Amino acid sequence: MELANQLLRRLPVWAVYLLGALPAPWLFYLGLTGGLGVEPVRALEHEYGELALQLLILTLAISPLRRLLGLNLMKFRRAVGLLCFFYVLCHLLVWLLLDVQIPGQILTDIAKRPYITIGMGAFVLMLPLALTSNNLSVRKLGRTWSRLHRLTYGAAVFGAVHFVMLAKGFQIEPLIYLGLVLCLLALRLAGSRWLRQLSGALVSGRT
Amino acid sequence: ALGGQARAEGERTEELLEPNTWEEVTSYCNFYEFGTGKGDPSKYADRMTIEPWSVTIDGLVEKPGEYSFDQILGEMTLEERIYRFRCVEAWSMVVPWQGFELADLLNLAEVQDGAKYVAFETLYRPAEMPGTVYKVLDWPYREGLRLDEAMHPLTIMATGIFGKPLPNQNGAPLRLVVPWKYGFKSIKSVVRITLTDAEPPTSWNMANPREYGFYSNVNPDVSHPRWSQATERRIGGGLFARRRPTLMFNGYEDEVAALYEDMDLSEYF
Repeated sequence: MELANQLLRRLPVWAVYLLGALPAPWLFYLGLTGGLGVEPVRALEHEYGELALQLLILTLAISPLRRLLGLNLMKFRRAVGLLCFFYVLCHLLVWLLLDVQIPGQILTDIAKRPYITIGMGAFVLMLPLALTSNNLSVRKLGRTWSRLHRLTYGAAVFGAVHFVMLAKGFQIEPLIYLGLVLCLLALRLAGSRWLRQLSGALVSGRT
Repeated sequence: ALGGQARAEGERTEELLEPNTWEEVTSYCNFYEFGTGKGDPSKYADRMTIEPWSVTIDGLVEKPGEYSFDQILGEMTLEERIYRFRCVEAWSMVVPWQGFELADLLNLAEVQDGAKYVAFETLYRPAEMPGTVYKVLDWPYREGLRLDEAMHPLTIMATGIFGKPLPNQNGAPLRLVVPWKYGFKSIKSVVRITLTDAEPPTSWNMANPREYGFYSNVNPDVSHPRWSQATERRIGGGLFARRRPTLMFNGYEDEVAALYEDMDLSEYF
């Protein structure tokens, strides 16, 4: 783990931004040239959405990874969070411009279709997070900043539920994502109070 | 007389229809027995044994029994039908099918007077169908039609596409095609046809009755609860294809609207 941390310390943040953003134009290129199959719009929408969800789970995993395994990715957390927002934006734009296409229908869809309402909810929760992901905001907002950024938890639950709700029939994959999100949130809850008390009790019991 | 008229109408629309490509029709499929991804059926469906194949025809018929695929082919006259195919997921294709009218097969088994519905069942063979590990649906896949829908001259049993035998992912060796209904009604790889006097249970309706009705006629005015059915995307248009308006009864309104004359189509969706 020390070695991993040492190597990670040498990896510059800009490289994470670059590597993380590359799949977006690459997937778009694949969609243009037939690499995403015969129905590229849905495929692209799905790829961007799934990447966003994976990055969202990674941002949630960063602090438990450090706490439980000693793996330190804290330096990259902002990059991962912003990349996640970037893919949510790509996902939303593909839906708006290439999928639905009809502006009037977009508003109806948001109002009438619960899985879209919830997806939009996740996006709205992420907006203030993306806007305050800079050093100035962190300094200005102080304690409010960390409280504000707990919106991530809401966005993660909404995002995963959005995926579960759009599946046809009983499908496993979206449920795995939702399960991961809920586990990570549970770890936080546990890590904050209950688990500390419990481990405290165990330690004092042993001595 | 109705049959002749329907065919003439069908031919007129066929002239305007540009079929999709072989690759499009065979690589983008829903056949959940092989997985829920669109590419899964083309990857895994070759595991399905389709020889020998027979269809059990039972229930309210004079001549119930197992009809082998070859026996059926021997009795039927194959013809080509170019139909629009509209999936409930709001995408569509144009497919050149080969097949015969379902009515001819049902007449072979001699339908009894009391029959009002036709139930269909897809092959369920878990060893050859990796997707059935998951209970995505209550296997085997089941579908059904009202008898007059089943006897309609547009309703066919397809055995081929593009002049070739049906690929497994498209429902080999024998599948239903009902062009004015959402694609999931056109049940694939049929092993049983049962004539009944009551509306048979159907897979998607059992899984989610609010979203999938027994009739499932293509209807731009009746939304799926999760998305609009007013427009569709024709497969093959690429990233920037415009959506096109969905036609009532998928463009077969002249031929089939009479079947539903006295019905409220938003109630019987």
